[in-house]
Amino acid sequence: MTLGLLSQYVFNGLMLGMIYAMVAVGFTLFFGVLDVIKFSHGDVLMVGAFAGLATYLGLEALGIDSPVVQLLVMTLVASLSMAILGAAIAKYLVLPLRLAPPLNTLLITLMLGSVLRETVRLFYPQGSNPKPFPRLLPADFVSFGSFTLRADSMMLLLAGLAAIIAVHLLITRTRLGLAIRAVAQDAETARIMGINFEFIVLLTFAIGSCMAALGGLMNGLYYNEINFGMGLLLGVIGFSAAVIGGLGNVYGAILGGFLFSALQSVGAVSLPALFPGTSTAYKDVFAFAVVIIFMAWRPTGLIAEKKSERV
Amino acid sequence: MRRLFDPGSAFPALVSMAGVTLFAVLFLHAESQSSIIGLCAGMAIVLFLLARFGWNALATASFAAHSRTAQASVVAGVAVIAALFYDQHFPLLMLASVLLYIVVCLGLNLQFGYAGVVNFAGAAFFGIGCYTSAVLTNHTPLPHLLVVLTGGLMAAGIGSLLILPVLRTYGHYAALVTIAFGILFRVFLEVNDALGGPQGMKLPGMEILGWKLNDSLQFGETEISFYANYVLLALGMAAVAFALVRRLERSWIGLALDAVRLDETASAAFGIDVARWKITAFTLGNFLAGLAGSVYAMMTGFVAPNSFTFGDSLILVSIVLLGGIGNPWGLTVATAIVVMLPEKLQFIQEYRLLLYAGLVILILLFRPGGLMPRQVRDYLPGWKP
Repeated sequence: MTLGLLSQYVFNGLMLGMIYAMVAVGFTLFFGVLDVIKFSHGDVLMVGAFAGLATYLGLEALGIDSPVVQLLVMTLVASLSMAILGAAIAKYLVLPLRLAPPLNTLLITLMLGSVLRETVRLFYPQGSNPKPFPRLLPADFVSFGSFTLRADSMMLLLAGLAAIIAVHLLITRTRLGLAIRAVAQDAETARIMGINFEFIVLLTFAIGSCMAALGGLMNGLYYNEINFGMGLLLGVIGFSAAVIGGLGNVYGAILGGFLFSALQSVGAVSLPALFPGTSTAYKDVFAFAVVIIFMAWRPTGLIAEKKSERV
Repeated sequence: MRRLFDPGSAFPALVSMAGVTLFAVLFLHAESQSSIIGLCAGMAIVLFLLARFGWNALATASFAAHSRTAQASVVAGVAVIAALFYDQHFPLLMLASVLLYIVVCLGLNLQFGYAGVVNFAGAAFFGIGCYTSAVLTNHTPLPHLLVVLTGGLMAAGIGSLLILPVLRTYGHYAALVTIAFGILFRVFLEVNDALGGPQGMKLPGMEILGWKLNDSLQFGETEISFYANYVLLALGMAAVAFALVRRLERSWIGLALDAVRLDETASAAFGIDVARWKITAFTLGNFLAGLAGSVYAMMTGFVAPNSFTFGDSLILVSIVLLGGIGNPWGLTVATAIVVMLPEKLQFIQEYRLLLYAGLVILILLFRPGGLMPRQVRDYLPGWKP
């Protein structure tokens, strides 16, 4: 394999890893504050991407065709609407089930994911077909031998990095972040200290869902196509990434995201090389098989949550 | 007359069963969409009125006191339905599908409802059974009864690969293992050319000791649809699986499983081998799913990866939850509703996943026990403390 091809793989892997990491950060945030898995996260991402697309079409209809304005408005609309959706999910579906078995929360959000998916499929105009996503970023590229560095990919990568760093700073450097961490560590004590528990939970869900919307837009801009089913796989991958890293840990989630995309790339490259005749489509089979084996080895992920059970 | 409506009498249970059978016959017989909707609305009103006048408590008590009679009456009800539609393919196919799905859901019920082992890959284990029978019937001369058995064993065997991760993890982590497996399985089927890829495979009908199930029976002038054979077979399987699950629940094994679900630490402290019971429930559940799958594949004559998606696994889980987790009776009713309703009401076919998902959300929010919540075990029928 040439160096150029290798760097192409690495770059694609980084891009995918960034999207996975953004999804995984959401999972890990929710798990941190409420100890729940919000499985509809991947579908929130998909709805975010569709919200962005609808905004784009609306802007086109209004005659606004400057790509910068379009992109800004799309990002704003998608992330705000998903933040509201995320907070609403937390308020009406997740918080009411706090005292029920954890399985019920998982199930209710799984089912909500189906509802979102099916709603887009059935009620978005021709929602069951893949939709072309506009190319809004400059299409310039630089070639180094067989390796092409596309400007839009680079910008997406940087944007993703900026979003993750922003969330990180928010959590570690601000009073709000302090409150989130306090709730994550011990909700009861946090309440005694005068932290508005419900507000913090809703806010965390809003932030996580905002990240999902950004991830959805990135995904759309990178592949120039979105479809109603993309959230399911991305959700499961994001969940896997968060679990590989260790639920509740933001660094773990980022690490897990990049690890998962590395697994996929390794699968795509090495499987056809090792077993001639196998297709690269086995990469997901390979990646998920490794995740399952990994779970048997490190049941609580690389950076394990500190846990002691009171009985 | 008073005696008949005593909670200790078998009469209310028999009347309920007769009513349900009558409704099922009318439902299967109805052709136009409006008559089906009318029937369902009528049934809902009748059920509401019955609940108002305390019939439900009466019927429940009667079912509990005469569980054998009640079970026999269910079998009789299915036989009556099958006999009435003896020459029509479609109602019999649906009946057999419902019965096979009941077997799968009984398996899931063992896992979710009793041992508390989550399994979001129910459709994948069902699919393992389907594909096993497709491969074996096409490529080997193995007798079909053995094929069905192998289907069950394959599902249990492949499921046992997941045992280690499932045991080592708990809660959400365990859910991920089965979800990942379900998706892995589907992707594997789609890209694997030896198994037909996305197009799937065809397979011949079942043959037991020279009895070809795909041949219609001929009695003089009357011809009986060959699906009647499958209904008989599926009815037998469902009855055996049902009896097995009920017996397990009543036995000390059921008690151990309940203890494991409710509190692992406490049950380990009381000397219950948590790992053993989780493995038992997981493997037995997958075995049932595989068994049903291999018969289902031979009945429909066709398998394709699209029937074993994550969405299908979710539908199976919603059946268990809708019926009332841990209650085999509730699950039977829920399976019938979930499998038959979209087949008959064409306009909800498209919306069925949306509908079920919405229903399950409502159930989880407002009635977590399901439509027919599980009753406390009662070891001495009719005994009141």
